[in-house]
Amino acid sequence: MVDNVVELDRVIVRFAGDSGDGMQLVGDRFTNISAIFGNDLATLPDFPAEIRAPAGTVLGVSAFQVHISDHDIVTPGDYANVLVAMNPAALSANLVQIEKGATILVNEDAFDERSLAKAGYGSNPLDDGSLADYTVYRVPMTSLTVAAAKPTGAKPRDAERAKNFFALGLVTWMYSRPVEPTLTYIEQRFASKPQLIEVNTLAFKAGFNFGETAELFGVAYQVKPAAHEPGTYTNITGNIAVAWGLIAASELSGLPLFLGTYPITPASDILHELSNDRNFGVRTLQAEDEIAGVGAALGASFGGQLGVTTTSGPGMDLKAETIGLALQLELPLVVIDVQRGGPSTGLPTKSEQSDLLMAMYGRHGESPLPIVAARSSAHCFFAAIEAARLAVTYRTPVILLTDGYLANGAEPWKLPDVSDLPRIDPGFAEGPNARDGEGNPLFYPYLRDPETLARPWAPPGVAGLEHRIGGLEKADISGNVSYDPDNHEKMVELRAAKVAGIARGIPDLEVDDPGGAAVLVIGWGSTYGSITGAVRRIRARGGSVAQAHLVHMNPFPSNIREVLERYEVVIVPELNSGQLCRMLRAEFGITTVDVNRLQAQPFKVAYLEEKIGPHVFGPESTVSSNGGKR
Amino acid sequence: MTVTASESSVPVTTRKDWASDQEVRWCPGCGDYSILTAVQMLLPELGVRRENTVFISGIGCAARFPYYMSTYGMHSIHGRAPAIATGLALSRPDLDVWVVSGDGDALSIGGNHLIHTMRRNVNLTILLFNNQIYGLTKGQFSPTSELGKITKSTPFGSLDTPFNPVSLALGAEASFVARTHDMDRKHMMETFRRAHDHHGASLVEIYQNCNVFNDGAFEHITGKDVRASMLIPLEHGKPVRFGADGERGVVADGRGGVSIVNVADVGEDALIVHDEHAENPALAFALSRLATGPHSPTPIGVFRDVVRPEYGDQLADQVDAAIAKKGPGDLAALLSSGATWVVE
Ligand code: SF4
Repeated sequence: MVDNVVELDRVIVRFAGDSGDGMQLVGDRFTNISAIFGNDLATLPDFPAEIRAPAGTVLGVSAFQVHISDHDIVTPGDYANVLVAMNPAALSANLVQIEKGATILVNEDAFDERSLAKAGYGSNPLDDGSLADYTVYRVPMTSLTVAAAKPTGAKPRDAERAKNFFALGLVTWMYSRPVEPTLTYIEQRFASKPQLIEVNTLAFKAGFNFGETAELFGVAYQVKPAAHEPGTYTNITGNIAVAWGLIAASELSGLPLFLGTYPITPASDILHELSNDRNFGVRTLQAEDEIAGVGAALGASFGGQLGVTTTSGPGMDLKAETIGLALQLELPLVVIDVQRGGPSTGLPTKSEQSDLLMAMYGRHGESPLPIVAARSSAHCFFAAIEAARLAVTYRTPVILLTDGYLANGAEPWKLPDVSDLPRIDPGFAEGPNARDGEGNPLFYPYLRDPETLARPWAPPGVAGLEHRIGGLEKADISGNVSYDPDNHEKMVELRAAKVAGIARGIPDLEVDDPGGAAVLVIGWGSTYGSITGAVRRIRARGGSVAQAHLVHMNPFPSNIREVLERYEVVIVPELNSGQLCRMLRAEFGITTVDVNRLQAQPFKVAYLEEKIGPHVFGPESTVSSNGGKR
Repeated sequence: MTVTASESSVPVTTRKDWASDQEVRWCPGCGDYSILTAVQMLLPELGVRRENTVFISGIGCAARFPYYMSTYGMHSIHGRAPAIATGLALSRPDLDVWVVSGDGDALSIGGNHLIHTMRRNVNLTILLFNNQIYGLTKGQFSPTSELGKITKSTPFGSLDTPFNPVSLALGAEASFVARTHDMDRKHMMETFRRAHDHHGASLVEIYQNCNVFNDGAFEHITGKDVRASMLIPLEHGKPVRFGADGERGVVADGRGGVSIVNVADVGEDALIVHDEHAENPALAFALSRLATGPHSPTPIGVFRDVVRPEYGDQLADQVDAAIAKKGPGDLAALLSSGATWVVE
């Protein structure tokens, strides 16, 4: 019995095991119980692209990192304080991800000779002193799980598979989490298999009780709830937030939602979620390929619905021609790119910000379109609504950029009041908009709104508005096919002016400047958390640094030039080899300090702090606040 | 806010009402003209409305078709018309959606979309103008060109075995497959009418003469004086026979195929009786293999017409069932459908 409970303000736990060990599930459960408990949190699932890489090998290791705290946090944490390693491969692959002095809980049963060899160990790290810098707890998780499940009569081979719940039970005890949510979860998940309810419940309790009774642990920890703003919260991943944002946009506009798409990592969960929400009138089509997915979405837009397609990098390549058609037809279309590491198949399960320039320029011809980028998992909800708003209001394809980290990562989200969300007016054409020489009513499909330059949207079904549109260049106003040189030039300019004019309808770029800063850090997308973390640390050390984060990537907010020109140093951190910085330099003629990483994982806060610090404190000051670990 | 098709009584129209004000720009003498006329003459007879009718095309000579109709229309991108039309038909089941395509558009760059549209059985009427050549790009061989075709891109003869569009459609689980040709307006109109009335995906292959790049490709079978002996009209429930006096016929060859015989030699009872509604498409497929190109007697008419659940209906049923089960969507309830907690 341990009655020594130490209070911590935050802790980073990393669960690691074989792909088949259920580590994502356990990580997700620990996240959920911590969320319900009221901690602030951020997560980072980290799994291999192969569904089942060879068992026991380093290639097949799947990990899930969760950062819980009693205060507002913005990242899943740089290095974990606790590692749960279900086998030698998980230990070997994750040592670089944990801090010196970290606590390691290993499944001792898995450290046999064969498993050690598979993981590339010549000797057993539990015995050879190589883990001297860490606090290692050896727990025979497999055998304790099998023993616990004995009364159920389950075969040892089946019982063994519940060892992930044993691990969860143990960590639940260590961090003084409530047990009820997990017990309820087990009952729901295995509702159809009573024996599995028993086995997993016993394994979970055995893990919890082991912590409480084993002499092994001198101490348990507590991380108190964070002081969140009052409200109702849920824990949400970016993909679910996108799906819900699209449903919200459908409700706000009154336009039925149509998703045409093709399965691709890491975007498929948006399809899964929306396929389940048919009672909102959502129609989903899993098409034969990426091209058909976006084609069907455009067909639905032509029919007066909210046409959406979802994909990741390789799918964007394939959809480019149809996006160009949508641009020429001037029809609303929402294209969601959940970015992943590229080029080509690249790193399907890893995250990168490397599609920005493709979103900007990746189509033939002069083809500008609006781009929106989400900055956190929960923000994906609002970014999806904004993408739909722009598409519908300006009759244009819009690209929404999220990424694998936002898509799979979770954070607590204070639920918005649905009635506060902005309405979207589709403003369908209601009747003819011109007259011919004899005074007969006519419909000109390219007669634009003078304010937005948007053309009328006239879905089939209305007599008197019959019209034909297509990919060939349009004559201004009439929309007939035109090869006239002056007309083409004018149409190129009109399409560009329409997109540029969106800047008048979006909020100014907000700058968080404590006063007197000479250095601005400007980012976009999922690096928001890491940049914020680094800026906070620098300010905590007395440095003055300003931060701005872009959501509208094209057009930029109207005040961006004025913001950029206000600072002596503009630092642009990106998880690519420099894409936003090129856009800023080209458009505003400024010089930038670029901070780029291409490891297909989020920035470590300490890394950014190290890169930004010298610009704030001067070149000598290179030590970061956490002592420059690793 | 949704737009739905207008529903009051259908006004009486004539062919002229279905023609747009755009000048038709196909080469003089092109077979496309007679197809356009057949469609424009048929539509007034179908009891449909202009504003509820949509023509969607891809790229190619045939793909100009929507510009010449006074309906709603979209001239889209190469090969993708079936995909775009699928999205429109699924989201707007109240509309009458036609796809106009050519052999290159439908069978080469768009082959994937075509087969999947047919297997899904989306309610679309697909007109495939087959002229066995690339017209718009000025005369390269197409996926239906005969083997060994000499063209600008195949000066030593094409090496590609051609597709037989009817065989392909039957293999792709199509619920309606027919063939007609541009020299017989009555037959075209009748075939298009049947295709339009079919609920599901219907594919009509139209032998179409490209008088500039592949002139006379079908004249051995569609010429006025040879038609009786070279075209085999398929009529449901009737023995398959042809010739000026019906002197020739088609029998099963006992090896899964069919062959042509003199009726006098075998007797009428030996002939196969055409069954459009047969569940098993094997006999329809055998008929589609009777001719390997437009040089020998070739069946025309409806090969297959079976009832199969239509994709859009089933999708709508799933929406209705979900609403019946869960109630109409409630956004606030959705947002709090996961685990939630309250901070005071
Ligand atoms: S090229 Fe051939 S198919 Fe095209 S319009 Fe001319 S004749 Fe018709």
